[in-house]
Amino acid sequence: MKRLIALALISLSLAMPVNAVEPDEILADAVMEARARDISTGLRCLVCRNESIDESHADLARDLRLLVRERLVDGDSDEQVVAYIVDRYGEYVLLNPVASGANWILWLAGPGMLVTGLGLAALYIRRRNQTPELVRPALTPDETRRLDEIMNP
Amino acid sequence: MIIELGHFALILAFAVAIFQMIVPMIGAAKLWPGWMAMAEPAATTQFALTAFSFAALTYAFVTSDFSVQLVVANSHTLKPMIYKISGVWGNHEGSLLLWVLILTLFGAMAAWFGGNLPPTLRARVLAVQSSVAVAFFAFILFTSNPFVRLAFPPFNGQDLNPLLQDPGLAFHPPFLYLGYVGLSMAFSFAVAALIEGRVDAAWARWVRPWTLAAWIFLTIGIALGSWWAYYELGWGGFWFWDPVENASFMPWLIAAALLHSAIVVEKREALKSWTILLAILAFGFSLIGTFIVRSGVLTSVHAFANDPERGVYILIILGFFMGGALLLFALRAGVMEAKGVFSTVSRESALVVNNLLLAVATFVVFVGTIWPLIAEMFFDRTLSVGPPFFNAAFTPFVILAAIVMPIGAMLPWKRAKFGRSMRPLWAAFALALAVGLLVWSMTSGRSAMGPIGIALGVWLVAGTAVDLFSRTGRGAIFGRLGRLFRLPRADWGKSIAHGGVGVAIFGIAAVSAYQVEDIRVAQIGEPYSIGQYEVTLQEVGRLQGPNYLSTMATIQMTQNGRPLQTLYPERRFYPVAQMPTTEAAINNGFSRDVYVVLGEPQDNGGWAVRIYIKPWVNWIWGGAMLMAFGGALSLSDRRYRVAAGAAKAAIAKAGVPAE
Repeated sequence: MKRLIALALISLSLAMPVNAVEPDEILADAVMEARARDISTGLRCLVCRNESIDESHADLARDLRLLVRERLVDGDSDEQVVAYIVDRYGEYVLLNPVASGANWILWLAGPGMLVTGLGLAALYIRRRNQTPELVRPALTPDETRRLDEIMNP
Repeated sequence: MIIELGHFALILAFAVAIFQMIVPMIGAAKLWPGWMAMAEPAATTQFALTAFSFAALTYAFVTSDFSVQLVVANSHTLKPMIYKISGVWGNHEGSLLLWVLILTLFGAMAAWFGGNLPPTLRARVLAVQSSVAVAFFAFILFTSNPFVRLAFPPFNGQDLNPLLQDPGLAFHPPFLYLGYVGLSMAFSFAVAALIEGRVDAAWARWVRPWTLAAWIFLTIGIALGSWWAYYELGWGGFWFWDPVENASFMPWLIAAALLHSAIVVEKREALKSWTILLAILAFGFSLIGTFIVRSGVLTSVHAFANDPERGVYILIILGFFMGGALLLFALRAGVMEAKGVFSTVSRESALVVNNLLLAVATFVVFVGTIWPLIAEMFFDRTLSVGPPFFNAAFTPFVILAAIVMPIGAMLPWKRAKFGRSMRPLWAAFALALAVGLLVWSMTSGRSAMGPIGIALGVWLVAGTAVDLFSRTGRGAIFGRLGRLFRLPRADWGKSIAHGGVGVAIFGIAAVSAYQVEDIRVAQIGEPYSIGQYEVTLQEVGRLQGPNYLSTMATIQMTQNGRPLQTLYPERRFYPVAQMPTTEAAINNGFSRDVYVVLGEPQDNGGWAVRIYIKPWVNWIWGGAMLMAFGGALSLSDRRYRVAAGAAKAAIAKAGVPAE
C-alpha cells in the first residue's frame, strides 16, 4: 500500500497541470500587466473547451499569455497584439467576434428584434386600446354549478 | 435480476405511455368518458413503473454491481455513498432516465391534482404529456439503454469524473431537470388548449402554478451550478456564457416571460396567443438545451455525452414537437380572441414590455450560442462567441428590464397615470441615484458598470419595498404595518422575487467591478499583505482522502489584525480517473469572500498562491434564492388552494349517501 501511495504521489507531481496565470509570468510594469490581462480574457485557449487563455491551465494558453506579454514589452499596442495572434491562429481565437461581414447578423440580432418587437407591441397595444370590450358569453349551466361549488363549499 | 426487472419495467412504461398518448385523445375527441378516464390510472402506472426502473438502476450503483456497464463506467467501490447515488445521473443514460422519471412524475401529478380541470382538457393534457414521454422512452430504450450488462464484469469501476464528486453538483442536475421537464406541463397545456380551441382565465390559472414550479426549480438548479463553478473550478468565476449554461438560461428567461404573460391572460384575458406561443417555446428551449448538452455539436466545458447520433435523435424529437406544436399554433391561434381592453399606460402594457425584453434577451443568448455553428455552415468562418459578446449584447436588455420593473409593478391594470404611479417611487429612484453616484465617486477610473449595476440593485429593492408598502392602503403608519403582514402571499412572493433580482444584480455588478486579485510566490512562514488582509502560508502537507490524494496548504489570514479562520486550499489527484482538481478554500462573508487557491510548487522553494477578494459575491446566489423563495411563497398562495378545497368538499358531499 505504501508503495502504491508513493507511486501515486510521483504520478501526482507529473500529472499536475500548469495553473492559469503563474507568478513568473506577471510583468513588473503594473499598467502593462493589466493590459495583458485584459487582452488575455478576450483570447480563446485553442485546445480547451471554451475557456479564455487567462483562465486556462493548458500549456498552450501559457505560451499564448507569454507571447502577449512579449509583444507588449516590445512596444506593440493592444490592437497590434491581437492582430498578431489572429494572424497566426485565425478568427477562432477571438472570444469577442468582430463586427464584420456576416457577423453583423449576430450583432444586430438583438437590437433588430427589439425594434421589430416594439413596433408589433405598439400595434397590439393600440388595437387593445381602441376595440370595444367584448361582451363575455355567459357560463354554461355546468360551469355555473361548478363555480357555485368552488365559491360556496 | 433486479437490473432485468428494471429494464422490463421501463419497457412496460413505454407501452403504457403509448396507450396513454392515444386512448384519452380519442376519448376527448369523441366525448367518451370511459376513454378519457383511462388517462389517470395510466399516468399513475407510468410513473410507478419508471420509478421502479430508476430504483433498480440506483440499486446497481449503491451495491456497486459491476456487471452493469454504466456502473463500471461511472462508479468505484471507494467512492462515498452520496456520490455513488449521484453517479446514477452523472452520465448520459442515467440522467436521461431521471429526465423521464420527472416527466412521468409531472404527468402523474397533473392526473392527481387535475380534478378541477374540464375532463376533455385533462384527457388531452395527459395525452400530450404522454406523447413527450413516448419519444423519450424510445430514445432511452433504443439508443441509450442504462441496463446493459457486461459478459465479463471487472473487479472495480472507472470512477465518476472527480469534478462531479461534489455536493453542489450532486443536486444540480435533479433541480435542473425538474425545471426543464416541468416546462413540459406548460407545453402540454398549451397544445391541449390549441386542440380544445379555448384559452381563458381559468386555463391561465391552471398553467401558472406548473410554470412557476418549473421556474423555481430552474432558478435553484442554475444557482447551484453557478455556485459549484464558483468554488470548484478554481478561480471564482460564477458565469461563463458557456453553451451548456446558456442552454439552462434560455428556458429560464422564457419561463419568466411566460409567468408574467399568463398573469395578463388570467386577469385580463389578453395576450392569449402570445402566452401559448411562449409555453411552446419554453419547452422548445428545454429540448434545445438537451440537444446542446448531449449532442456535442457545440464545444463546452461541461458537455458530458458527445454522441452525434444521439444528437440527431434529439433533433428529430425537437423537430417533431416544435414543428407540430407551431403548426397547430398557426392553424388555431386565430380562434383565441382577446377580450380585455387596456390603454397605452397600464399594467398590461408594462407586462408586454417585460415580455418583449425577456424574449429579446433570450433571442440574443440563442443567436450567440448557435452562431459559431451557423457561421461555419453558411459563411465558412470558424469563429468563437464568448463572454465579451454576451456581456455587451445581453446586458442592455437586463438594464432596461430592471429600470422598468418597479414602475410596471406599481401601474394599475387597464388604465394608469404614469406620474401618479411614479410619485411614491421617486424616493427609491433618488436613493438609487445617490448610492450609484457615491460608489462612482469613491471608485473613479474604473468601469461604469459597477456604479450602474449597484444603483439598479438599489432601485429594484427599494422600488419593490415601496410597491409592497403601497398595497397596505392609506391611514396611520402602524395600521399599515399591521396590514403589511396580512397581505396575500402572492404579493409578498412577487416583491421578494423582484427584490431578489435586485440583490443578484447588485452582487454581480459589485464582484465584476471591484474584485481584487493577488498572484504570487509565497514562501512558507513569510507573511505578506493584500490591502487590509495579512496572509501567511504556514505549511504544505500531503494526505490521503477516501478516493484521492491531496496536497493541502495551511494558510493563516488576518483582517485588520483580527484572525480569520485558517484556510486549507488543496490540490487533489484522483488516481482512478487520472484527474487532478483544485479545491479552493473560501472564507465566506456577508460583504465579501476571501478565495484562496494553491498553485504549483516553485523551483526556488515556496508555492504559487492566488488570493481573490470578492466583494458581495454571495449576494448573487442569495438573490437567486430570494427569487426561488418568492416564487414558492406565491405558489403557496391561498388562491391556488381555493379550488382544491372545493374539490375535496365535493368528494365529501358525494361520499355521504354511500354511508
